[in-house]
Amino acid sequence: MTRLYINGIEVDLEEGTTLLEAVEHLGIEIPTLCFHPGLSAYGACRLCVVELGDGRLVSACTYPVQEGLQVRTHSPRVLRARRMLIELLLSICPGSKRLQDLAAEHQVERVRFSVRDERCILCGLCVRMCAEQMMAHAIGFVNRGYRRRITTPFDLTSDVCRRCGGCLYICPVCELRCQGPEAPSVVCGSCMTPAPTCPPVYEDLACYMGAAGECGTCVRGPRTPDRRSPDFTRRRESV
Amino acid sequence: MKIRTLEQLKALQGELRAARDHKPCVRVCGGTGCRARGSEEVLARFTTLLQEAGLAEAVDLRFTGCHGLCERGPLVSLAPEGIFYQGVEADDVRAIVMETLARGVVIERLLAQDPVTGKRVRREQEIPFYRRQHRLVLRFNGVIDPTDIREYIAFGGYHALGMVLTRLTPDEVIEIIERSGLRGRGGAGFPTGKKWRLARAAPGSRKYVICNGDEGDPGAFMDRSVLEGNPHSVIEGMIIGAYAVGAAQGIIYVREEYPLAVRTLEIALAQARDYGFLGEEIFGSAFSFDMEIVRGAGAFVAGEETALIAAVEGKVSEPRQRPPYPVHRGVWGHPTVINNVETWANVPVIIERGPEWFASLGTATSKGTKIFSLVGKVANTGLVEIPMGMTLRELIEEIGGGAPPPREIKAVQIGGPSGGCLPKTLFDLPIDYESLTEAGAMMGSGGLIVMDDRTCMVDVARYFMDFLRDESCGKCLPCREGTNRMYELLTAICEGRATESDLELLEELAQVVRETSLCGLGQTAPNPVLTTLRYFRSEYEAHIRERRCPAGVCKALIRYVINAERCTGCLACLSPCPQQAIRGQLKQPHVIDQERCIKCGICHEVCQFEAVEIV
Repeated sequence: MTRLYINGIEVDLEEGTTLLEAVEHLGIEIPTLCFHPGLSAYGACRLCVVELGDGRLVSACTYPVQEGLQVRTHSPRVLRARRMLIELLLSICPGSKRLQDLAAEHQVERVRFSVRDERCILCGLCVRMCAEQMMAHAIGFVNRGYRRRITTPFDLTSDVCRRCGGCLYICPVCELRCQGPEAPSVVCGSCMTPAPTCPPVYEDLACYMGAAGECGTCVRGPRTPDRRSPDFTRRRESV
Repeated sequence: MKIRTLEQLKALQGELRAARDHKPCVRVCGGTGCRARGSEEVLARFTTLLQEAGLAEAVDLRFTGCHGLCERGPLVSLAPEGIFYQGVEADDVRAIVMETLARGVVIERLLAQDPVTGKRVRREQEIPFYRRQHRLVLRFNGVIDPTDIREYIAFGGYHALGMVLTRLTPDEVIEIIERSGLRGRGGAGFPTGKKWRLARAAPGSRKYVICNGDEGDPGAFMDRSVLEGNPHSVIEGMIIGAYAVGAAQGIIYVREEYPLAVRTLEIALAQARDYGFLGEEIFGSAFSFDMEIVRGAGAFVAGEETALIAAVEGKVSEPRQRPPYPVHRGVWGHPTVINNVETWANVPVIIERGPEWFASLGTATSKGTKIFSLVGKVANTGLVEIPMGMTLRELIEEIGGGAPPPREIKAVQIGGPSGGCLPKTLFDLPIDYESLTEAGAMMGSGGLIVMDDRTCMVDVARYFMDFLRDESCGKCLPCREGTNRMYELLTAICEGRATESDLELLEELAQVVRETSLCGLGQTAPNPVLTTLRYFRSEYEAHIRERRCPAGVCKALIRYVINAERCTGCLACLSPCPQQAIRGQLKQPHVIDQERCIKCGICHEVCQFEAVEIV
């Protein structure tokens, strides 16, 4: 057994456990994006960074528990780093509801970088899904640095892909598009206001209630105006 | 012939010395720099002319590794007198053979000049560039022929290995390395003895030693020069290390861009096998070891040890989480010691001369010497080896010879793209691991780029960031996207589009990239930005507040104009202008058409009256 301290709480865990498992064991929530319990840990999105006693920030999903380790999951440095990482993520993928929700949770209220809508954060979940669960190895990374992207070998239609859709299923950004006001240029921000929550609403999907945007729970259909605009206020009043 | 005992080795050494010591020797530099300047032709000319003069038997001719003073190549030195000729061209060879070798007359015009007294100096040791150096790892570079193992043996090579295998236990070897205080020369400076001890203690029957020759910093060529000039010192160090940690296999990882180093290594490995230094039961002991060369495809990130392991295994070179460290889980999951080329080359010296002697060099925490490749705006560029603790000023001004006037040195980038820019005011800083880290730079592998007052520090930071965003493997977000965004922000500053808040954002982002990146590349990537912000903030502010580039480099912020008072109307700048943007009559002041000017700076260079000014 390995004894370590998470936010001051003493905890004994088996060797080989990761810090993320340790943190979750205690019921503490930290954000993850490139991690999935069914796939190997990758440590790429860095959202799960925690602060160690020596001041280093390490990704909890890949770091093994060590005897006497002091871990802080929500120190000011950790939170500052997570906010910057979310801002970077949003700047390349503003249309993702997962990211918009993360932004709301972490009080990220602006994106100061020029926005490019790439619809991929290169978290590698689809690549690992394809390789580890579907045993297909149909997709992978090509290039490095800022030119990195995910594709099939030589960009050709893959012979080994079985069209299982596993990659789409696991993608944190291409499923659940955020229907924010003027995406992709701004932080949606609607989840931050105390007004009703914002479940995904799709114009072309059936609303369980039969009428998207009219029941009052979901206040913003795709064509509804910004909730903070005077237009929105009028609409609320009429409801 | 296989060497089985220490006595056999000593006898062979004696024989080789007897055959060569009485003969004069011509050493032509065969380093990459001198080869580029035509030293192969010089060598060929020597061969034919020595034949012609009937001196082929009486004079030894050797094509050696890098002599160091690359700036003045091709270099030729003559033993035993130690005469040092620089800038030797093929046409000078006849004079050297006929005058110096045949009649003992020194050719004055090929000698180096002392920059202070202006006097011609004859011997290598009298040149300021060499006088302040302490050549330990490079002691045989420029002396021996790297393609002949007998040369290395003649100078005592493999003697340290023989002593280790016949007289010392692995633990004793590790203790010697620990006592010497040797630290990794690849950048981070981890104590080598400690690394070896961890690997020795790690459970596992199969262990590996690896030589990291993936030198990727722009402007750095220390490791290449050692591999090209004295490959056996690295091989000997690795065999000793393998014995100490209990490894049976070694790997030398060299980048494919170093064809000469790969070739000399291949020859050296084959010869070491012939002499029994590699293979079964080395020196008659129970220890067997062999190694192979793995050629890297040239990714900067492959210098990171976990990425290097991935590359050796045939995977894409991407780093992974440490721990587990390679000493516990390395190549194919086996305990692995990875050391830099220079670190390995230090090992035989320490065994040979003793850890106490080695520890007497350098400072309290940084022992021994360090090789730097001195490049940029200094008079003497080249390869230098200095004892740790020497100040930057001594290195740059005394060995490097300072900047050629009228330019002045402004800063130095130490440690490559992961290092930092240190200003002139810090030049009294001693060169050791701790001092450099404290100043925001790092020892790195030993690249040293000197910059003069015509260098814009924002532009420098932008250059390195462009390099890093390209060389980041792209696995983790802060490094991939962070370097890309820092590059965008720096470009905006250079183009005069940035605001004060962009500067704040740049600083904030740099901090986060440093703290959260997965591997050493990302963690050190913001260093050029952070150090230039720390020491040259006023330049950033000038770009942002005044839309002005103080060094006159950033094209968007400068204009070339002709000072009518200085212009003599010589017409010299008119035809070189690729845009035909300059108008003027003979003996009338010329004018640059700003609409057409692309700011290439050619007119500025060709004008002999300094009439073209940057505003």
